[in-house]
Amino acid sequence: MRKVLIVIGGILFLLLAGCSGRSQEAGSAVTPSQNNAYIENKGSDTIVNLALAWAEAYQKVEPGVSISVTGGGSGTGLTALVNKTVDIANASRQISPEELASAQAAGLDPQEFVIARDAIAVIVNPENPVEHLSLEQLSKIYRGEINNWSEVGGEDRPIVRLSRETNSGTHVYFLDAVVRLGNSQDKAIFSRDTLLLPSSEGIIAEVRDNPNAIGYDGLGYVTSEVKMVAVSGLEHPDDYVLPSAATVTNGTYVISRSLYMYTQNPPVGAIKDYLDWILSPDAQKIVVDLGFVPVK
Amino acid sequence: MKKFKLSGDSVISGVIKICGYSSILFVTLILIFLLREGLPALASVPLSSLFSTVWYPIEGYFGILPLIGGSLLVTIAATIIALPFGIGTAVYLSEIAPRWMKEILKPVVEILAGIPSVVLGFIGILVLVPFLRKTLHLATGLTGFTGAILLGLIAIPTIVSIAEDALNNVPPAYRQAGLALGATRWQTMWGVTLPAAKTGVLTAVMLGIGRALGETMAVMMVTGNAPVMPDQWNSLFLPIRTMTATIASEMGEVATGSAHYQLLFFIGILLFLMSLIINVAASLASTKQRKRAERILS
Repeated sequence: MRKVLIVIGGILFLLLAGCSGRSQEAGSAVTPSQNNAYIENKGSDTIVNLALAWAEAYQKVEPGVSISVTGGGSGTGLTALVNKTVDIANASRQISPEELASAQAAGLDPQEFVIARDAIAVIVNPENPVEHLSLEQLSKIYRGEINNWSEVGGEDRPIVRLSRETNSGTHVYFLDAVVRLGNSQDKAIFSRDTLLLPSSEGIIAEVRDNPNAIGYDGLGYVTSEVKMVAVSGLEHPDDYVLPSAATVTNGTYVISRSLYMYTQNPPVGAIKDYLDWILSPDAQKIVVDLGFVPVK
Repeated sequence: MKKFKLSGDSVISGVIKICGYSSILFVTLILIFLLREGLPALASVPLSSLFSTVWYPIEGYFGILPLIGGSLLVTIAATIIALPFGIGTAVYLSEIAPRWMKEILKPVVEILAGIPSVVLGFIGILVLVPFLRKTLHLATGLTGFTGAILLGLIAIPTIVSIAEDALNNVPPAYRQAGLALGATRWQTMWGVTLPAAKTGVLTAVMLGIGRALGETMAVMMVTGNAPVMPDQWNSLFLPIRTMTATIASEMGEVATGSAHYQLLFFIGILLFLMSLIINVAASLASTKQRKRAERILS
């Protein structure tokens, strides 16, 4: 019986110790300053590095505001916004009508902010001699109509198509802008043997290693270990352009898009201050540093 | 005093009883939840669409056959890989290894069991994927076979520890009788000990298969996740997409209550049924063992 009592006493002690520890932490978190706030920021993997850099820099501007940034994909972020678990959702595509409808059904009024622009770079292994592709060739490659690099001026190698998962805004954008060539009537989808990789890093790793691979990724993610392909648009099929801030701004690089942040409702307080700061020249300078294109 | 002791006992045994029943409760609740969320998929997606071969849910293609095929293919291949290594290690540990070797090998196998699958997946991407692509001259190293190797590694510790227990439970008299009849050590192992522990070893293999079927992270990282129907002779060496990887990578984005959402839960039901079948088969095997042993002893 004594043993039983000791065990119960031990459990009680542990429980109490746990409680007291937690309450102390909670107490200390409230103390530092008056205008502190906690902003939960989640969504697009394309934006996550940029959002992290902003959150870090904002610490110096407004030390009381702590911002938590997580990735997961545009769909993940917008779903979390609708479920009211995040304050700001990052998205590399616009909110879909279905998502907007479910947000409104949940009593929200989502607000859209264009926070940067991004080029989608088409990447291949540095050993691959192919330097440029037209948008139409890219579409055929991803539809599964071109299956060998020799058909687009490369070596006799099979083409291994890489894509992000379907929850990625980049995937959805690429489907519309490249696979379907911007034609909304077109119901073509990615070739079934397209590899769907769960992360940008996964795509870079496979392209870096495999001379058969072709992939696409946000310009900010492209490292020097992979080779970017110059792309021509439908209107000027002979003008091949490499993605860069300049070619995105002047509109000659065709696979580019806006990046968004969404708030649950018209922003107020700390969230509004943060979004205003993001559009300021200081924050837009970080956009350039990370390989994206500023909005102003 | 005696009265108090009794009540103390009954409190503890009551707590333990609740713990025991709670697992039944949890399984039941999980099953109810899965059925409630997943079964409406049968109403919202026509069966002809469900049992087709194109999976592209954001455009309404809901064919789950490639996913089922992918899961079965890697699981079977992983079992074929894990079986000889797992049983071989168990036989070595229980029959051959000297004591000091056993003391090194057993903890190492247990550490293998403890390696998080995401770490194995990471090693898979950086080492195994390039290696397999170059040595087997594949278009890409992100294939079902790569996943099967990692799954084999994950299943081996389960198989080893349970099969070794089964082998250790074979009465020493069996071995002694075998050796006394003039059988060599190998003949005794292969002809007496292993058959005597057969059903225990079978249980080990079943649980190993269950472990491989349910694994998600490592598979998602190295199989390429292309929802291709594995219907060619070389499908194992092409990218595939498993059921678990599909749920993991798509659950975060779906709108609650949509057909896609229901279908992911439906895939969960299928996985649940598959592991149920495996577990029932394993327990049937082990109860059969007990009956036969009883028969021999009586």
